[in-house]
Amino acid sequence: MSDRLFGLVVLIASVAYFMAAANIPTGFLVDPLGPKVFPRLVSAIAALCALLILIKPDAEPDWPDLGTWFRLLLALLVLIAYAYTLKPLGFLIPTAVAAGVLSFQIHARPLPALLTGIGLSVGLFILFRFVLGLSLFAVPRSWMGG
Amino acid sequence: MDTFSLLAQGFAVALTPTTLALAVAGCIIGTMVGALPGLGPSNGVAILIPLAFSLGLDATEALILMTSVYYGAMYGGRISSILLNIPGDEPALMTTLDGYPMAKAGRASDALVLSGVASFVGAMLATIGLMFLAPMLARVAYLFGPSEYFALYLLAFSTLGGIASDNQRKAALAACIGLGIAMIGLDNSTGMGRFTGGNLHLMDGVDFLVAIVGLFAVSEVFIFIESHGRSSAIGVKLDAITVPVKDIVRSFGTMLRASLVGFVAGILPGAGASLGSFLAYMGEKAWVRDNSQFGHGDPRGVAAPEAGNNAAAGGALVPMLTLGVPGSGTTAVLLALLMTLNITPGPLLFTERPEVVWGLMAALLIANIVLLILNVPMVRIFVKVLSVPPWILLPGVCMVSFVGIYSLSGSYFDLVLMIVFGLLGYFLRKLNVPTVPIILGILLGNHMEDSLRRAMVISGGDWKYLFQSGIAIGFWVAAITGFIAPVFLRRFLKKPQAHTT
Repeated sequence: MSDRLFGLVVLIASVAYFMAAANIPTGFLVDPLGPKVFPRLVSAIAALCALLILIKPDAEPDWPDLGTWFRLLLALLVLIAYAYTLKPLGFLIPTAVAAGVLSFQIHARPLPALLTGIGLSVGLFILFRFVLGLSLFAVPRSWMGG
Repeated sequence: MDTFSLLAQGFAVALTPTTLALAVAGCIIGTMVGALPGLGPSNGVAILIPLAFSLGLDATEALILMTSVYYGAMYGGRISSILLNIPGDEPALMTTLDGYPMAKAGRASDALVLSGVASFVGAMLATIGLMFLAPMLARVAYLFGPSEYFALYLLAFSTLGGIASDNQRKAALAACIGLGIAMIGLDNSTGMGRFTGGNLHLMDGVDFLVAIVGLFAVSEVFIFIESHGRSSAIGVKLDAITVPVKDIVRSFGTMLRASLVGFVAGILPGAGASLGSFLAYMGEKAWVRDNSQFGHGDPRGVAAPEAGNNAAAGGALVPMLTLGVPGSGTTAVLLALLMTLNITPGPLLFTERPEVVWGLMAALLIANIVLLILNVPMVRIFVKVLSVPPWILLPGVCMVSFVGIYSLSGSYFDLVLMIVFGLLGYFLRKLNVPTVPIILGILLGNHMEDSLRRAMVISGGDWKYLFQSGIAIGFWVAAITGFIAPVFLRRFLKKPQAHTT
């Protein structure tokens, strides 16, 4: 079932990709092949593979249960939030929170997760800032009177 | 100039204090990366590349650092195979078959020392092979025109999809996904954007480092969250380090044979170290007269795969340096490094940038000696590394990935794109779709299209031109065989099951 769904999604995507190739603007000096043929070739082969997967799917993979899906979703949200807060909030706080939450998702014990978060945050900051010399800010710039 | 004077020049580059320090650091990091289950050579090298850039290293230095990590990871993978029965990385899988039984029989230290020596023999012979074979192949590669290169790229994809995966449809699809992603961005010859959807960030294309780190490192975090990090097996204890002279002498022939098999397997585009260790083990089992102890702790069963995978690691550098076609996932990552450094691998690299090539070769020889010291007398330190639990390791890997990509591009867009690739990687791995062809597709996509278009310019749009030279036809035949043959050979190539603890 998963493979059939996957095959269908890829099939639709490759047809869309094939169609989208029509919109590629061609320049004035065009080589015999042009910018459209290779992408179309690739999407045609992808569509063929998708069809074969649809016809002959593999055994159903071992999907996680509902609780695990929830944990994965939480981890995903944490990572996205981390991506957006790394610059405005400085390195230390977002890293400690993100690393702590991820650690808790892998091994559900609060104290080790908390210590992992703080330890990784401080340890990596020292490594990046002072050993490797990256320009990272520890805390929001506004805290430093900037 | 002959090989030796070129190598002497290489040593002049590699023996400066900075490069020497980088090689040693790379060896230590690499052995740790290899030893830790859940942090393979591909994602280990991938997350370190952005950091190497922010250090402001020049091309030779960055390359030496990363190849030392690569060689080191090949040595390190055996440690957890032997002590925990968990391969530290994929090529070390075969080492569990005899390494763990040996350790259970109270010979953990013998197995570690023997496999360390075997790794050294394999890697050293392969590095010497690389020094002689690569310049020769580079001279042949001068003859390659666009149609040969197009066929060669095809060969890399089809051997990767045929040999290294168990489902051709999915491997071919993965390659197409990678190629499709590579098309995003400016078209080189017309200067117009393709498949950008009007997004300005996508005009430069998808940065392959973002894709690599996402697919390899970030997806690993999701996999570990799903598995609760419950991979902690019961390990065996390590007593005092002694040198099992008798075993080393007895399996020396094994090491030599396995190195040769591994080196040849490594050179095949798309095959790599996993195939090298597999063929070395199976070949040795078929070669020796009394193979009843194989799988029950035969020292030769430890020496063969380790010599094999380290030789393959060196062999895989041959096509990567001379043709720009990587032989494995990790060499694909190294190719990404070269491309980011604005070094184009290929025959011209050998004539125009000899200091890079020969500095690298000399550094590899030095790295091997450093690695022998680290992995035999000092192996205890790396055994300690194994006790780092996944709930500290994986968040750490993830944070390093973020900081690396962030310091490279400084854009939110790339960070989010990396997470998207991580999620994609998770689902693809669950569906048993290999991710290495995707990386190869992203890396080679534009070159592959370029060679096809240039071939069509030369021929005026005549497709028959692709099959007009003997070399090109040879590649096409090899590509088709490499893709189809494993279907029939699958029964024989079935991997032996590891012991259950």
